Formats: sequence, C-alpha cells, structure tokens
Amino acid sequence: MPLPSSTATPLLFEQGQPGRATPYVAATASARSFLPREMMRGDDLELPDLSELEMVRHFTRLSQKNFGIDLGFYPLGSCTMKHNPKVNDAAAALPGFRDLHPFTPDHLAQGALQVMWELERALSSLFGMAAFSLNPSAGAQAEFTALLIAKAYFKNRGDAGRTTVIVPDTAHGTNPASAAMVGYKVVSLKSKENGRVDPEEMRKAVGSDTAVCMMTNPNTLGLFEDEIATIAKIVHDVGGLMYYDGANANALMGITRPGDMGFDLMHLNTHKTFTIPHGGGGAGHGPVGVAAHLVDFLPSPMVVRDGPEGRTTDAHTFHLDFDRPRSIGSVRSFWSNFAHAVRALAYIYANGADGLRKVSQLAILNANYLRVKIAEFLTVPYNEICRHEFVASAQDLKRETGVRALDLAKGLLDSGYMAPTIYFPLIVPECLMVEPTETETKETLDAFVETLRSLVVSAKSEPETLFNAPQHTPVGRIDETRAARHPDLRWIPAQTGAR
Amino acid sequence: MYTPHTARDIDEMLTVVGAPTLGELARVPDAVALKVRLDLPQATAEIDLLRRFEHLAARDTGVAYRQFVGAGAYHHYVPPVLGALAMRGEFLTAYTPYQAEVSQGSLQAIYEWQTYVCLLTGLDIANASVYDGATAMAEAAIMAINATGHRTLLVSRAVHPNYRVVLKTYADGLDAVIEEIPDTAGGITDWQQLAERLAAKDVAAVVVQSPNFFGNVDTPDEASQQAIKAAGALLIGVVAEALSLAVLQPPAHWGADIAVGEAQSFGVSLAYGGPYVGFMATTKEHLRRLPGRLAGKSVDAQGRTAYVLTLQAREQHIRREKATSNICTNQAHCALLATMYLAAVGNTGLRAIATENLRRSRQLATAVANVPGFRLAHQAPFFNELVVRVPGRAGDVLAALEAKGILGGVDLGRWYPEYADAILMTATELTTDADIDALSAALKEVPARAAAV
Repeated sequence: MPLPSSTATPLLFEQGQPGRATPYVAATASARSFLPREMMRGDDLELPDLSELEMVRHFTRLSQKNFGIDLGFYPLGSCTMKHNPKVNDAAAALPGFRDLHPFTPDHLAQGALQVMWELERALSSLFGMAAFSLNPSAGAQAEFTALLIAKAYFKNRGDAGRTTVIVPDTAHGTNPASAAMVGYKVVSLKSKENGRVDPEEMRKAVGSDTAVCMMTNPNTLGLFEDEIATIAKIVHDVGGLMYYDGANANALMGITRPGDMGFDLMHLNTHKTFTIPHGGGGAGHGPVGVAAHLVDFLPSPMVVRDGPEGRTTDAHTFHLDFDRPRSIGSVRSFWSNFAHAVRALAYIYANGADGLRKVSQLAILNANYLRVKIAEFLTVPYNEICRHEFVASAQDLKRETGVRALDLAKGLLDSGYMAPTIYFPLIVPECLMVEPTETETKETLDAFVETLRSLVVSAKSEPETLFNAPQHTPVGRIDETRAARHPDLRWIPAQTGAR
Repeated sequence: MYTPHTARDIDEMLTVVGAPTLGELARVPDAVALKVRLDLPQATAEIDLLRRFEHLAARDTGVAYRQFVGAGAYHHYVPPVLGALAMRGEFLTAYTPYQAEVSQGSLQAIYEWQTYVCLLTGLDIANASVYDGATAMAEAAIMAINATGHRTLLVSRAVHPNYRVVLKTYADGLDAVIEEIPDTAGGITDWQQLAERLAAKDVAAVVVQSPNFFGNVDTPDEASQQAIKAAGALLIGVVAEALSLAVLQPPAHWGADIAVGEAQSFGVSLAYGGPYVGFMATTKEHLRRLPGRLAGKSVDAQGRTAYVLTLQAREQHIRREKATSNICTNQAHCALLATMYLAAVGNTGLRAIATENLRRSRQLATAVANVPGFRLAHQAPFFNELVVRVPGRAGDVLAALEAKGILGGVDLGRWYPEYADAILMTATELTTDADIDALSAALKEVPARAAAV
C-alpha cells in the first residue's frame, strides 16, 4: 500500500501558545537568582510551547508520511534493509544498559563491558580478524579510522612514501572521501568487462607509494571478486594493506571471511548486516577489524577480559583499557554506540553460527531469484549468479521509451514500495541496484516483480504516468533545483524577518 | 532466525535460479572459503535470549547508585511520550531520506531540528546532525581549516579531554597543528595567553567550551573576540551540555562562527556512551562548507510544501574525494528524539529544567562546601557542574562514596595532574534532597577514613 497523500503539517514553530507546554519538571525558582545578569540569556529564545497532545499528533502525522521497513518492501541496494527484530530494542532498553553512565567505574559496569567484549570476539571470529574496535560511529567514520590505522602503521615502520589509496570505480563514495580526509591521494581503478577488479590493472596501479587498496567483496554490482586472493597478494607484495569495506558483509557470513581473503583491515555497518534500525539516517555503528599486525593501532579504549582463558563465564571480569601507546586515539566522545552493540550481539546470539550462514545464503537466494525474474523484462548487465544484490539497467528502456531509472523508482513509490538505489554504482548507466535481503518472503518478491513488470509495460504504452509519478504519495516530485538555489534550511521567526 | 523461507520456497526458488542447493548457490572459490569452525554459540530462542541480556544488564550495578557523574553525558528526565513516538516503525526503520516523496516525516523533523539548533545557538544555519559532541568539534575544525587556509588550532585546555583526544585523532589525518591555550587557577581559559598565541601563528580556529569541562561559564570577552577576528581565525564554540543554552548566552552572542556540541541531554539515553547526537551551526557565509545532511524546504510538482535533502554537491556520494566530509549515516533518530524532547518541554519547560539544574547544583555546592575539609575549587559561575577539592586523593574519596552507594563524580586527576585532589560533580533535575543529604553525610565520614588509611 502506498503512503496516503496528505496535507501539509504545520511546523512545530507555527503551533502552540506560550505557557501551554506540559510541566514535566516543576519550576521552583528563577534563573536570575543563580547567574550574573550579563551571562544570562535574555528573552530572545522563543521555542514553541505545545500541549502534549499537540506534540503527539504532530509527530504521529509526520510518521505517517514516512516509509520504513515496517511498512513494506525496501529493496535499497547496498543498504541491507532487513527486518529489525524488536527484541533487540527491548534488550537495549533494559535499565542496566539504557541508564548506565559512560564514566561508571568498570567494576559497576561489568554487564556492558561483557557485551562489548563478547561482540568484539564474535565479530573477530565471524570475519577472520584478530580484533575489532567498537569505537567508530558509522561506516564512513570507520573507513576514516581504518585509514588512520594504516597511516600510523606505516609511520611506525618508518615507511614514509605511501601516499595513495587505490579504489575500484565501483566503490562507495565514502571510500574516496575518507581517503581524502586522511590526506591520501585517490587512484581509481577501472573494472574489467565482467564487473570485477582486474588483477592486471591492479599490478599496473600498485607501487611503493601504495598505502591501501579499499575494496568491497562482493562488490557493489553484487558480484564476488573471484580473484581476490591474487589481488591481495599483488597489493601485499608491494607492501600495501588491503581494506575491506563491510557494507556488503550480509553476503559472507559463515561462507567466507575477509581475513581469509587477505584483508588486513575492515569495517562493518552493524546497522546493515546486524539489524540495527537505520532510524531515518542513523545512528549507525561501524566496528573496525584488523589483522594481528595492526591491533596495537586500534582506537582506545578496548575492552579487556581479566582472568582465566577459555570459554566465557560470568566469573570473568572486564575493564576498559586506555593504556594503548600506539593507538590512533579515539573518534568519538565515549567508548562506543553501546546500545547498538547490544542489538548486534542479540542478533548474533539469536541466530548462532549456523543461523548466520543461513541468513547469508538466503540473502543470496532472494537476490538471485529477483535477478532471474527481473531479467525477463529489464536489462541485467551482469546476468550471472550474484551475491546479496544485483544491478539492473533502464538504459535500453530509456532509449525505447524515454523512461529512466528515476521514473521507475518513482513509479515503485506509487505502488507502495521503496525504490532500489538508483544511479549507483556509477559504472552502470541508468542503474537500479536491488538488495531484497533474506527477511522477505517469496510472496513479497513475486508481487514486487509483477509490479515492476507492469511498470515496464506501462513505460511502453503510457510513459507519461511514470514521468509524473509519484501521484499517490504524501507529496509528488520535489523541486530540488529550487531547494538548492534558494536554500530554505530553517524556520525564521516572523518578527525578526530576514536572516 | 527472522528468515521466512519454507523448505518448499527454497526448492522452488533454487529451481528458478538454477542452483542445486543453497550451499552450491553461495559457493565461493575454495582458496577463500571458510575452513574453520566459527567460535559462536548456537541459535538462542528469544525467551532465552532476553533472559541472557537481563542477566548481563543486571551486572551493571552502577545504575542503582546515587548519581553525581556528568562530564559530558548527563542524567536527565526523559518524558515517556518520547519513547512512545520515537519507536514508531515509520521513523525507526526508514533509511536516510533519499526518496523524499515517502520521507517527508523524517525530512520535516530534520528541518525542525535545524531550526531548534539555530534558535538555541543564535546562528543562521545548522546541519541534520553529527555523530556526537567530539566529532562535531573535529568537523568544525576541518571547516575552519578549509575556510581560512590556516592549519593551527588553538584549543583551550578547559575543553572536554575526550573531545580533545578526538580532535587530535582527526588532526593527525589532516596534518593540522594543535596548540593548547592554558587554563587559569580559576577554572577558565587563560584569555590573556590568547593574544600572543594568535600573533605568531597561522591560526585556523580558536576552540573554547562553555560551560567548560570544569562546569564554568567560559566565554571570550569583546577584546578576545576582536583579536580572533583580526588574526583571520574562526571561533568555534563548544557546548557539551546543550541544556545550558536555555539560560546562558548563546554562542552567537559571544562571537562563535561555528557552534557545536552534544545534545544527549535532550531526551537521549545515557546508554554507556552512545548513540548520542552532535549538533553543528554556523553563519550563512560558511553554508557550503558545512558537512553532512541538510534538509531544505521546497515545493512539489503541484506547488505543495515539501522537504528534501539539499546542497548535496557538498557530500561524499556526489563529490567523492572532494566532499566537505565523508559523513554519510549520521544520528537522525537521536536528532528526532531531541526534536521531540524540545517540542514536548517547550520554551517554558526547557527554562524550568535548566533552572532546576542551576538550583540543584548550587544546593550541591553548598552542601559539599559545608563539609570540613572540602571546598569548591573555583569561584566562576557554573551551570550544573562544579569542581570540589577533597582531602587526600580524589580516587580514595570516590571509593569511600561508592561504599555508601554513591557515584560521587569524576576524578579530575585522570586528565589534570594539578587536580589529583579534585572531583567534578554534577547535579541535574533528577538530583533529590535525599541524594544530596546522603552525599553530604558520606563526605563527613571521609576525612576520618582517609586519616585511618
């Protein structure tokens, strides 16, 4: 079902009346008695006072203009929009986790530390790394962190001439952006005919200036890089490091591990593979894993288990270790997006080792099933066994009808689906990147295929409908040019007028 | 778990795909195939899973203590209405609002958040959020380096130590130089030292926090503001306790070109450090240097008001290595919580809660200063945190309080050797008379204990 068309919701700032706000905390004094006048804010602050009911209706109405996984199929490639189990939120909301202050002494925070330690161990095993840091807040920050680790590693070896990062042309945009933040020069590597990195091109690209090669496997076309071991060897032979972008890790679990492919560093988006809700764009969580030779450089603090080796028992104690002289430092105010560590660990324990392998296998099955069905009516440029996602192209359809990937995407919104990722990866024109995830039923996939098929059919008979889509959503296509040319980024109080 | 496939589904789908088994379909080259047994437990049923986590959460015994710990993360009241609304799946299970037509809820909420941040800081524009207070400060430093072409960052020693660690970590990537502005014995930035440090250097930004890490209001005077401007540097104003903005002069008032900070106080749970939500605001002239998402107001094809992510030419998915930042996923859901919090408490409530923090922290100060052997380290006006000098080592006093079921604050000696006998204590609207009485009584027993040891 598409979201219903709806009327505009007034801004919070256009609602309420002064003095109407709910008194959650009793007012017992005036600020004037506590602060020198010149330090005090005058009456310039004019936030709206709404009744609780006004506020509830406002956000309930806004929610009704939002599409989430809980409402329907969300085949957004590279984003792994799978079901977010509610038990994970319940676990994260347990008072012992929710209300724990980050400066609580270690011996009074043993549960939280154990969660972090167990997650770190689980991820290390699952991905073949020596250790993980739970410090970074999202995938992009994790990439940045990993590149800082690489930089510190080379500096520590006295290896000063490594200035470039190699990135395939199918890479996520964050890869080159992260490399630039660390001061590395970015070399883009052209993919070969079959959509994979070409070992010959890699051989030409590497040299004594190569610091890191950033890759994802499967790549953003959803294809497994079959020659990854060879590629890793080429990079290692010149002294470079291999970095694994874990955005596509949902295709790997229990099947293969970045560590076994030859990667030295990696990150995970636990908000993709490990079911943390995306929340409309965060908060994310981006653990960084490294091989043994890089462990010393991981951010601080790390959680350390004290006591006997062996199986986890509650007899062990845990502490935060800040004494890490080679560490790159830290990339956040406090240790980790801990609530997300709880969610990720709950998901791992719910599934177990065999369950996680099944998750990846079924993600691959769902993607291939869609690929085969969709290839019946839309071009699939790399029509071979894919992993958890694949790309289709509307290039031929556009030539024939004028209907572009964007128009198909908007048509899907009208039909009650989230659109696939479009115009990415950049190497496929009129690209639609489809990632169904393993949590969708065959019935859902079949219905999606039929909807997309009917859109392609109607592109040929009545393309206008698609050019004007969506019509059945809260708003229609938005004037993005106007938004960019005349930026209106906030409400302005009427009395002060112009900014 | 959470996979809906029946055996029959799998068979039918494998037939369509043309693979004999799931294992065969998912096969990778032997050279890289998994060869070890994963060190993970077997699947756990939900009922047992939740029991396991209840057991772990119960080991976090610290939550049951009387709390005087702040230092950048604060115990505040969270109205239940927030949880009821924020957990709606439409908000919680949506992705970044790229498809604006079906993301108007997220987008309007971001626009409202941007407005709140502008109103609170007094600046012109704000972004959709940054990871947290520390990274907001680091991103602001990058902005300043890009805006000025300078590479030196002058950072007050009274800025949160964790924030300074993060800034240093980011600066290592940028080859920027960080220099410290010392703090005075009075617990504020040594503004006298600023002028001479500004003179010699290619300063990109001066970074100050107010209320600073010691809890004190710490803002540059007119002359310092002028000196920063004259040096061609930007002033970055950090606010680690966003609630203070309800009663203290906003960063724009004291000359900040960029205001950044932490909004965890606005309805976001402590959760042992995250996720929280960083905010970031600046003046119009730096609009195109802002990192991260921006929601803008526009119209749809029918002329109806509609919101959309805008000015994306700054961002990594368009500009790749030329982007203003690599930030992609940010803190949307925490920013939504903060927006809901501000909408719920309103102007009246926010001022009342901030005032209650002023009142309770002064009640705390008086109670502590009345215990023989204890005194306030500073005279400067503060918001809800204060530094207390104790007899002996801070760690010993904190341990003694702990034995009485009290988390008395943070040992400042951890970062500042000259404060090895000092505790940073915090009181908020959640602090009760009973908490302060219990603290006071426990402190009275401390000198005797310390002497005995």
